[in-house]
Amino acid sequence: MQPTKNATAEEIEPKAKSADSLKRQAERKTSFRTVSLDEINRLYDSSNIADLDLDRDLASPGQFPYTRGIHATGYRGKLWTMRQFAGFSTPEETNGRFKYLLREGQNGLSVAYDLPALMGYDADSPLSEGEVGKCGVAVSSLADMEALFDGIPLEDVTVSQTINAPASVFLAMYLVVAEKQGADWKKISGTLQNDILKEYIAQKEWIYPIRSAMKLVIDTFEFCTEQVPRYNPISVSGYHIREAGATALQELAFTLRDGIEYVDWGIRAGLDLEKFVPRISFFFNAHNDFFEEIAKYRAARRIWARVMRDRFGAVSERTMQLRFHTQTAGVSLTVQQPLNNIVRVAIQALAGVLGGTQSLHTDAFDEALALPTDKAALIALRTQQIIAEETGVGNTVDPLGGSYFVEAQTNKMEQGALDYFDRIDAMGGMVEAVEKGFPQREIQESAYQYQKALERGEQTIVGVNKYAMQGEIQEVPTLVIDESVRHQQVERLEQTRARRDAGEVSRTLDSVRKAAQRGENTMPSTIEAVRAYATLGEICSALRDVYGVYEEPAI
Amino acid sequence: MPSNRKIRVLVAKPGLDGHDRGAKVIARALRDAGMEVIYTGLRQTPEMIAAAALQEDVDAVGVSILSGAHNTLCPRIVSLLRDQGLTDTLVVLGGIVPQEDIPKLKAQGVAEVFLPGTSTQDIAEFIRANVKPRD
Repeated sequence: MQPTKNATAEEIEPKAKSADSLKRQAERKTSFRTVSLDEINRLYDSSNIADLDLDRDLASPGQFPYTRGIHATGYRGKLWTMRQFAGFSTPEETNGRFKYLLREGQNGLSVAYDLPALMGYDADSPLSEGEVGKCGVAVSSLADMEALFDGIPLEDVTVSQTINAPASVFLAMYLVVAEKQGADWKKISGTLQNDILKEYIAQKEWIYPIRSAMKLVIDTFEFCTEQVPRYNPISVSGYHIREAGATALQELAFTLRDGIEYVDWGIRAGLDLEKFVPRISFFFNAHNDFFEEIAKYRAARRIWARVMRDRFGAVSERTMQLRFHTQTAGVSLTVQQPLNNIVRVAIQALAGVLGGTQSLHTDAFDEALALPTDKAALIALRTQQIIAEETGVGNTVDPLGGSYFVEAQTNKMEQGALDYFDRIDAMGGMVEAVEKGFPQREIQESAYQYQKALERGEQTIVGVNKYAMQGEIQEVPTLVIDESVRHQQVERLEQTRARRDAGEVSRTLDSVRKAAQRGENTMPSTIEAVRAYATLGEICSALRDVYGVYEEPAI
Repeated sequence: MPSNRKIRVLVAKPGLDGHDRGAKVIARALRDAGMEVIYTGLRQTPEMIAAAALQEDVDAVGVSILSGAHNTLCPRIVSLLRDQGLTDTLVVLGGIVPQEDIPKLKAQGVAEVFLPGTSTQDIAEFIRANVKPRD
């Protein structure tokens, strides 16, 4: 049956006949579900969006509630920032990768730090053994940070840093490197992930107890609002929540509720809503289910705008506009037939673009095997460039706006998220919900249900549970980080410790401890300690002395 | 297994990595497959894991590592188990592990390496087929 130009759904398949045609064209499955196991209807039509008020719920791009985007011109004005997450081995090696990516047309940097850095340990800590430079670049002090950004002007290049529990120390190191380059803090722009709530919920790289950790986050808000006004001191992240097994809806709901929690804490600390909230940025996952993801991004903008206006009384547009970064789903990549990942990434990235992302990271096809090689990282970047410059999808703003299906799914996402907000509000807020293990349990359950759906064959992963190849030979070369990286890093750390003024180090570390004890803003003293070349491990230790450490409840 | 004793498995998460989705899914799947599962929680040293294996009297230790630290951590876990006299305890590994590391890990006493995409049923079957029978 060929639909004619003006045909409605009824005309194509009148209800009286649909039983007959169903017999003739039986459906392949009894139910059609998204990757989040959400059931999808056969057809969407005007009845599915009867409640949609075009002016109230969609409006034009650049207009409240920003469902169709925060800019009137979309990508016709400015393309998204191509920001590939990179970091491995020594600061020198990663500096080389950064320069390579910038040369190849990438326009922003994103630093991946190694696990010792994420946990606030120096490279020479016994706990760092086997982990130095493996999952990201090794950084233990200002000396490493200077090498990492050598020859990269921080006033011109925006840098995103994926660091959370010790984020305030990394912000301090970044600012001191910029200062040494002669950059003006008032002109620096970039992003600190600094989203500690999602660490307790999903990624689990924590150091201090949750409330002390929240205080450190608010310290960075306050400091940046005054001193580094163009910098985003937080990227509220759904990415890791999704990777841990959440559904698209849970990712959306928990991330935005985390955002609300940071706003609540900022207001309680006496910060000006209209000053600090515009610098809160977001970070979402782009998973396999194309339309589900697009609906998620569109709903995110609308929910945030409404929450800011109605819950917090925001008036300025910037305070109500949700800006976000997107990364394709690492968890969707397969070891089997790894080149297939290039296709997955392209489709996921397209969803991010059609959802109106401000910046994008595309995963490299070899990431289910190891950290990406130069070649794999380049294909990932080229994928974005092809979407941007060959497909024409950025020629018009929000091209899927008005689609019955996309609008119905956007509404459903919004309603689902609001329901989760009610449940979390009833617990007293997100900090309390995390302490009760609520989001953690929800995610764990979804992860398990997805695994079972996979094993029952209800969800397909091409090359894994369908179209698998027997005796497949792995021919993809992988990046190898050997133990010599740790030796080099430990050596630099020893040199740094030998060169610095030990008295100054202990004096500044004492100031950090005192600021924490007195409940003052810890940023100024942390910057002093970094300037004196106190190490990451030493500064985190000083804070551990005051705050203690987090113990995960059994969930 | 000849007796009615349930197979006991320690699911262990060594190293600094906090990605515990896999460990938790596996723990639940093995429980659903009728095994008794003890999950160590995050950031356990090889010494803590070996001590837990001894104390819990497990038949198998399932190690989950995504960080690339497997070449350092796995051999140490195996040798600590053997030092404690746990010569029959089956050690399996799951996570992001490059193919070229697998033969070496197996030579060092890791019975099997499960890569992303492995079905939890296959893992349960492997454990059931390879743990040393007890009286």
